Amino acid sequence: MYGNYDPGPTSGTESEAASRQARQHFDQLIAADQRIEPRDWMPEAYRKTLIRQIAQHAHSEIIGMQPEGNWIGRAPSLRRKAILIAKVQDEAGHGLYLYSAAETLGIDRDELVDLLLAGRQKYSSIFNYPTLNWADVGAIGWLVDGAAIMNQVPLCRCSYGPYARAMVRICKEESFHQRQGFEVLHTLSHGTPAQKEMAQDAVNRYWWPSLMMFGPPDDASSHSAESISWGIKRFSNDELRQRFVDMTVPQAEVLGLDLPDDDLRWNAERGHYDFGPIDWDEFARVIRGDGPCNAERMRRRRQAHEDGAWVREAAQAHADKHAPRGHAEARAS
Amino acid sequence: MSQSARHSTRGWPLWEVFVRSRRGLSHQHVGSLHAPDAAMALRNARDVYTRRGEGVSIWVVPSSAIVASSPDEKDPFFDPALDKVYRHPTFYDVPEGAKHL
Repeated sequence: MYGNYDPGPTSGTESEAASRQARQHFDQLIAADQRIEPRDWMPEAYRKTLIRQIAQHAHSEIIGMQPEGNWIGRAPSLRRKAILIAKVQDEAGHGLYLYSAAETLGIDRDELVDLLLAGRQKYSSIFNYPTLNWADVGAIGWLVDGAAIMNQVPLCRCSYGPYARAMVRICKEESFHQRQGFEVLHTLSHGTPAQKEMAQDAVNRYWWPSLMMFGPPDDASSHSAESISWGIKRFSNDELRQRFVDMTVPQAEVLGLDLPDDDLRWNAERGHYDFGPIDWDEFARVIRGDGPCNAERMRRRRQAHEDGAWVREAAQAHADKHAPRGHAEARAS
Repeated sequence: MSQSARHSTRGWPLWEVFVRSRRGLSHQHVGSLHAPDAAMALRNARDVYTRRGEGVSIWVVPSSAIVASSPDEKDPFFDPALDKVYRHPTFYDVPEGAKHL
């Protein structure tokens, strides 16, 4: 709760000694692995990095509703449909937890939504891939949510309190997402040959983009070092990617599906699986906006935002009509 | 933060959400949300923060109504609590043989 939040005047009016003391206190908290809370002094770059990361994360949850939402009306059974609706609703919830965390840093949710709609803030590139068949819903749950969990569990210990707390909630809910995806694929891979083929096709298309979700390799990752020193990030992109591969290979064996990588093999010396080179050109292309669905995802999001305008207006009109006299000041000006 | 009023959600107040997870426990802060009025804030809080039976009771409070102790979590405001070690039972030596103390 951050009532009377006011980032206050920044340097200039502060005395040099006071600002040095504030920075020292911040550094001490980070060094002691303590949490930074919203009204603590923090370096402007720390605040900006967090806003960028949390917003991008929130946008990903919101855009991420689309590829799966695409199959709600065509789910193969009522059970699958009910599960998928619940999952997509969770993604909306995750987006809201994260916007709420971002707002504690002194930015407004509406501003972040504007930045997304204007294409000035990004979302995870994975959601620019299409969901062509039902098995893709399984592949997203198993691989995409699996990769997300691998990324997100360490964020539960992120140095910024509100972000860490939002991640705890999200991680609890993600494990249902991953399991339902695994179950979809397991059912298909133990069904008819055509169903198994469908599952294999989905895994073939989602495997490499899932590995890209961990971001560029460590030597090309521009924000990593600083984020690690601030306790925002706990492990490097490559470390998390390796962990994901190590976790996923045995799961693929249980599914009876192949991972589309001829170089994938156990390396006893390293104690890890080796895997083939990732197509970073494709990653750059998709991030730049030239993925299969970038334009479609943004068009749908803008459309949904505009289509929802009358609901927001009606809610405001209702609130105005029923606001008791004298309580009007409860509404923000 | 935002000055623009182009969209209708602009200016919807921020509400802090508190959830009592079960009887016998107090409400705990879980996050915030925007809503035009208290009734909508409650409904949205139910959908956003209690999708898995996390609560038996919800409070929503306009963020602007919360008064906080200081602009910083580290503050001389709390100093008086630190120099009174005799407030803690561990301050006292208990002679051997004294029971139920």
